Amino acid sequence: MSEAATLTVEDVVAGYVAAPVLDGVSIGAAAGTITAVLGANGAGKTTLLRTISGLIRPRAGRILLDGASVTKRSPEDIARAGIAHVPEGQGVITELTIEENLRVGLLLRSSRERAAALADIYEQFPVLGERHKRLAATLSGGERQILVIARALLTAPRVLLLDEPSLGLAPRTVAQVMDLVRKLRDDTGLTVLLVEQNARSALAIADQGIVLNLGKVVARADADALAADESLRRHYLGF
Amino acid sequence: MQEFLEFTLGGLSTGMIYAAIALSLVLIWRGTRVLNYSQGGMAMFTTYVAVIVINKTGSYWLGFAVALAAGLVLGAFLERTVVRPTLRKPSLNAVIVTIGLLIFLEGLAGIIYGGQYRSFPPAYSIRGITVGSLALGISPDGLFTAAAVLAAAGVLALVFQYTSVGLRLRATAFNPDVARLLGVRIGRVLTLGWALAGLLGALAGLLVTPTTFLYPNSMDAIFVLGFTAAVIGGLESPVGAVVGGLILGVLLSYVGGYLGSDLVEIAGLAALVAVLMLRPAGLFSSRAVRRV
Repeated sequence: MSEAATLTVEDVVAGYVAAPVLDGVSIGAAAGTITAVLGANGAGKTTLLRTISGLIRPRAGRILLDGASVTKRSPEDIARAGIAHVPEGQGVITELTIEENLRVGLLLRSSRERAAALADIYEQFPVLGERHKRLAATLSGGERQILVIARALLTAPRVLLLDEPSLGLAPRTVAQVMDLVRKLRDDTGLTVLLVEQNARSALAIADQGIVLNLGKVVARADADALAADESLRRHYLGF
Repeated sequence: MQEFLEFTLGGLSTGMIYAAIALSLVLIWRGTRVLNYSQGGMAMFTTYVAVIVINKTGSYWLGFAVALAAGLVLGAFLERTVVRPTLRKPSLNAVIVTIGLLIFLEGLAGIIYGGQYRSFPPAYSIRGITVGSLALGISPDGLFTAAAVLAAAGVLALVFQYTSVGLRLRATAFNPDVARLLGVRIGRVLTLGWALAGLLGALAGLLVTPTTFLYPNSMDAIFVLGFTAAVIGGLESPVGAVVGGLILGVLLSYVGGYLGSDLVEIAGLAALVAVLMLRPAGLFSSRAVRRV
């Protein structure tokens, strides 16, 4: 795993001119921490991640990885710089086998590293190793989530962007996925930006939280403080 | 029985040419979701390149190799300059652009080379092979055609299945956004896909032209039949493209042999209509295919 990096988003504006989806958003994620990005549908959470990873070009503002700008670079270049984005809806390539999905994640690594990195992933996630020849379409929702996180890890990221990893999963599986994210931070020191509608689960593992509403940051604090703020929970977090 | 054998083997040989065109269409369709209506025009143009090289040097094989290289370059050049700007636009834009490219290439060929019919030499003899008194209905050139297309399809299948380039091509075809997020430079991958399709089209042009003539519109009918083969195979499937080409080749050979050669083109179009009506996703695809 590469060394974790800080991620800084400064005054980013993205979306339509008349109705920006992100309207001057600034956030900072310290190296080796989990930052939960929370908010209702339409708050701009997914747009924030898509803007950081280059799928959407910001109209204003800057995005910095360890102080170096990655603003307006292509998604390919941003991935190569060390930001891995696991998109909403999982992003499994269902037509490929489990191993082929993982090998796409390995394309950024040198050919010497690939076999060892794949073996590591199979050791870490035995469910993938046991079925590596099967089509990814045969996996359950939770297993697919593990696959896409594992695939992102194979790119040797410095920052991991996770978009709604709990979407459509059973509560027990959500807990397993959240445990996995926490373990990644604890074991590897990875910087994680975690977008979640399930605010309770996200805050339980996060170091800090940021609440978006209609494209603006309306609150930021330690995760514990956000979870304890009854007014904020009632108005924005739904628990 | 001899007629049947003759028509079957002859159909398989011709079907290989449809398969080559179909494969080139499938390559581009899988990578970009564009149906390349200019594929026949590209094949015609590269065959003219072969004619020039053969006339200048007297070497068939040098002309053959240069035409394949020209197909590779032409495919890459057209993707980079003309097709790429349409990819993030409504899908009709790409359709119109590839039709425009076809008209442009045919017009340009007419200006440069003239509209007269030219003959094109086969790689090997086109006299049918006989075993004792049995005529097999296939010539050494027909065997070369079959071998060349099978070899191209086989190499392509190996590249797709076992190389990192193939993995990039497949990942980009199935989910370009995810591929980009994993660092795949999909622009280069798309250019490569068009280049390979250009090469396959050039191969088809070289293989089919000895049995027809070369003129600016000479590949139009072959393109329609190659497209039919691709639709039979499901547009998504390289294996389907080859099998679709063979099915169509044999079917049209039977129609031409038993019912008369006048009916061959009508039968090809009837096959296309029938597949689109009865199984629009093709014989080898279980998923719906977007209308174009």
